Amino acid sequence: MEEPIIEVKNLTKTFNDLTAVDDVSFSVKEGEVFGFLGPNGAGKTTTIKMLTTLLKPTAGAAKIAGFDVISQKDQVRKSIGLVFQDQTLDENLTAYENLDFHGALYGMDRAKRRERISQVLQMVELASRAKDIVKTFSGGMRRRLEIARGLMHFPKVLFLDEPTLGLDPQTRAHIWNYILEMQQKERTTIFLTTHYMDEAENANQIAIIDKGKIIALGTPLDLKKDVGGDVINLKTENNQNAARELAEFFGITNTRETDGLLHFEVKDGSRFVPELIKKLTVHVEEVNVHGPTLDDVFLAKTGRALRDEEISQTESWRERHRLRSRRN
Amino acid sequence: MRKNWEAIRIIWLRELLRFWRDRSRIAGFFIQPLVFLFIFGAGIASSIGRAQVTGFNYMQFIYPGVIGMTVMITAIFSGISIVWDREFGFLREILVAPIPRWTIVLGKALGGATVATIQGTILFLLSPFLGFGFDILLLLKLIPLMLLLSFSVTSFGILVASRMTSQQGFQFIVQALIFPMIFLSGAIFPLTNPPLWMKVIATIDPVTYGVDAFRQILLKGRVAPAIFSELILHNLAYDILLVAIFGLVILVFATYSFSQTEA
Repeated sequence: MEEPIIEVKNLTKTFNDLTAVDDVSFSVKEGEVFGFLGPNGAGKTTTIKMLTTLLKPTAGAAKIAGFDVISQKDQVRKSIGLVFQDQTLDENLTAYENLDFHGALYGMDRAKRRERISQVLQMVELASRAKDIVKTFSGGMRRRLEIARGLMHFPKVLFLDEPTLGLDPQTRAHIWNYILEMQQKERTTIFLTTHYMDEAENANQIAIIDKGKIIALGTPLDLKKDVGGDVINLKTENNQNAARELAEFFGITNTRETDGLLHFEVKDGSRFVPELIKKLTVHVEEVNVHGPTLDDVFLAKTGRALRDEEISQTESWRERHRLRSRRN
Repeated sequence: MRKNWEAIRIIWLRELLRFWRDRSRIAGFFIQPLVFLFIFGAGIASSIGRAQVTGFNYMQFIYPGVIGMTVMITAIFSGISIVWDREFGFLREILVAPIPRWTIVLGKALGGATVATIQGTILFLLSPFLGFGFDILLLLKLIPLMLLLSFSVTSFGILVASRMTSQQGFQFIVQALIFPMIFLSGAIFPLTNPPLWMKVIATIDPVTYGVDAFRQILLKGRVAPAIFSELILHNLAYDILLVAIFGLVILVFATYSFSQTEA
């Protein structure tokens, strides 16, 4: 069997009495897009920091491209590209100069750098802006440039920490196109974190992490299959009574309530709804049926929805970014 | 090894590029030494200079001092680029690269030293107007000395910056260090008979030796030997040796301190 490009065994990180990452194990095959999914504070960034040698694990081990992240830091660093959550470009240099600087730090000679810069800039469609100072770039362009820079030295694995955070939906979709394109063109293995469930659908494999623990691991399809059929969201005048009746009439006991909505799964949603409305004595105000999404997977595993946390995180990030750009 | 030099070269080059792009710094770069020269030269010279020593004017005394002072201030403040990089996140890009930490410190120190030396050179170009004539040989002797002094002082700035997280904090500390380092170095007034405490500080202050070296080169043969020997503290080789030792020791400390920082 082919050796996995990322191999993580019982990785743990504690800060004083807080366990940020708790006994995490998984492996990633070469050429895959691996999505690390979870709410704010789940331990995603801490895991990335350990895998990229920026943080020493408290316990456990990890190997990237066959190199140990604790004892072979330099080899690991040579094998990976890294795009941080916060911007790490030099705004006073041009796009070209940022990439050239990076290439030189990674030991590429000048001719190779020049050739590679035009390649990666083309990939993220910034070739025409090569000679422009980064200060004049929009948020989306900066993120693209950072992705291009992460690819500059032909890394085996590219780590992206929340690559689409704080970007508008259209730009997010673009970023994903680039990510999937480079996976195909260069066979780069991609490890990314996100808290956008819909984006994680693009990944080949997903690990869902919550409170430092991996609670689900598999392809998006398998994870959704595990939820079991279609998801029904129901709003009634009295959800408590509705839940009781669901158990009584249909034998459905795994109902969960968030934001005034009851959620549960049934095999065939569209045939179930007419039955439901006929039998319930409680007045139904809203009902909708959809195939399971990764949101539902998270909800089924944790009993919590991801959306509220998502909003507050994006807000706080915007706030931070605003403060930062005001300082410039 | 070749890869390490390429990393040092690109870090050095970035320091120069950033300097060149920063308009306000360039403006200050030209104005600052002129202000010093005017204030000290015209102001102090007219009140004390001429009255005390004959056969020599204060401007000749202060000119090497102002060169030393200018080079030193630019050099020590260039350490701020590390704090700046840390504040704006760019330091992480450098710290995760597969290069040893000493290459980062060396690249930054050489960058600061180059900028400071260019500034000192510009100041030297004023020498014809101050009665020194223009002597390209003098400049060729002065440049390596300016590089040496500014390299040592930049390393000191990097040492201060290595753990700092805010520009204000760095500026505060550097301001507090700059004044004693300049005033007690003999740049502005001669250290012929200083009180003991002042002598102690002057002895450990690298600027003392840098200014002393500049002064020897600029004044040799231009003032009477009696005055020359009174103004000069040590011989030139001794000055150079001490600045170099100071620079190396500080560079080692700065590298050590900087290596302890997390990305």
